[in-house]
Amino acid sequence: MSALEPKIVAFVCNWCTYAGADLTGTSRIKYAPNVRMIRLPCTGRIDFMLLLQAFGKGADGVIVSGCHPGDCHYTAGNFHARRRWTVFRRLLDFLGVDLRRVHFAWVSAAEGAKWAALVNDVTAQIRALGPYTDFPQRLDGRPQPAEVA
Amino acid sequence: MDALRTKARELLAAGAVQLVVGYAAGSEPGRARPCFVRTPAEADGLIWNEHCRQNLATYLQKPEVRAFGRVALVARPSTLRALLQLAAESQLGEGRVVALFVTDDGAVAELPTLAAIEEAVAQLPRGLTAAEHQELERIAALPRAERWAFWAGEFARCIKCYACRAACPLCYCARCITEANQPQWIPVSSDPLGNLEWNVVRAMHLAGRCIECGSCSDACPEGLRLDLLNRVLAEEVRTQFGAEPGLSLRKDYALASFRPDDKQEYIR
Repeated sequence: MSALEPKIVAFVCNWCTYAGADLTGTSRIKYAPNVRMIRLPCTGRIDFMLLLQAFGKGADGVIVSGCHPGDCHYTAGNFHARRRWTVFRRLLDFLGVDLRRVHFAWVSAAEGAKWAALVNDVTAQIRALGPYTDFPQRLDGRPQPAEVA
Repeated sequence: MDALRTKARELLAAGAVQLVVGYAAGSEPGRARPCFVRTPAEADGLIWNEHCRQNLATYLQKPEVRAFGRVALVARPSTLRALLQLAAESQLGEGRVVALFVTDDGAVAELPTLAAIEEAVAQLPRGLTAAEHQELERIAALPRAERWAFWAGEFARCIKCYACRAACPLCYCARCITEANQPQWIPVSSDPLGNLEWNVVRAMHLAGRCIECGSCSDACPEGLRLDLLNRVLAEEVRTQFGAEPGLSLRKDYALASFRPDDKQEYIR
């Protein structure tokens, strides 16, 4: 992968999307290798801060995905997550964060093909947008020398 | 002003409250500072004018104020809403507070119970004023790069003093996320990413709870327009979920509840 390839971080739930991505693999479906998956118990557990942390550490795009509404392993985690994303998206948009770099999806454990299509589509979109240089970076947890000066 | 002082004196003399929290003249004209009146004689220091803007409900959660017992609070409309929201979040029990609500014509309404406060709040105007709405629209209509530049400029001035947190009546967590350091969610130093993260987390933790008193931006020594962030989230919660905090004693935090048919056209 060349340095110009976009880095995409995917925050996914353990029960649906992670299993769905597993199915993509066992089904031998090829998809863009740009995505780094981070498995969390539930979409309800995905703090909006994680998205900022991903961008701050150099992600060019973020995917958040979990069980379809009604299918949550914990009954209602994804319903709560959905409300949180709705207001968080509005805040990001108001702040001028590029919403084309933040993608939300429902991918069930049976939707291996949907996962591959999603990742391919998001990767293509973000590749077209180029690296996300607007966002302040923190590579080692400390302010960069240029910022201190 | 006289009505306020008389009422405060009466309440303290009768032993109905042990403390009156109100406003006193500040260090210079055009400023007011909070004032804690413990005896009827001290009530003469109370003032009321257009500079009395700080939301005094903030002080109710302080252990020093709790130690007094029952407290009377000089209240603006947003103070009443803060009290209701605190009660709805189980942070304020019945009998702890008497609100001294100063109406537009300078009269003082004594609201001794949460139910009385709820009734008074029901009479207040709701929603954004035309000017507030226009301001949100103006920023939202800017091209994305300009919006980003505007907020980057605002956050660049943030010095992480957390005055916004201290001034907020609903930022009462004994241990805030900023104090969590394993992992360190919000960096201690004031760097661009950390400033962005702090201001986003502050706004998000108040989404669906903020009663839009504007104390955060009033308290900000750098004059950041933090109230805009809260307002845009309040507006979103209002339009998407039909929820408005601080209007009733009902527990209905919009982000801790849901409807199966909530909007989701942005989710694939």
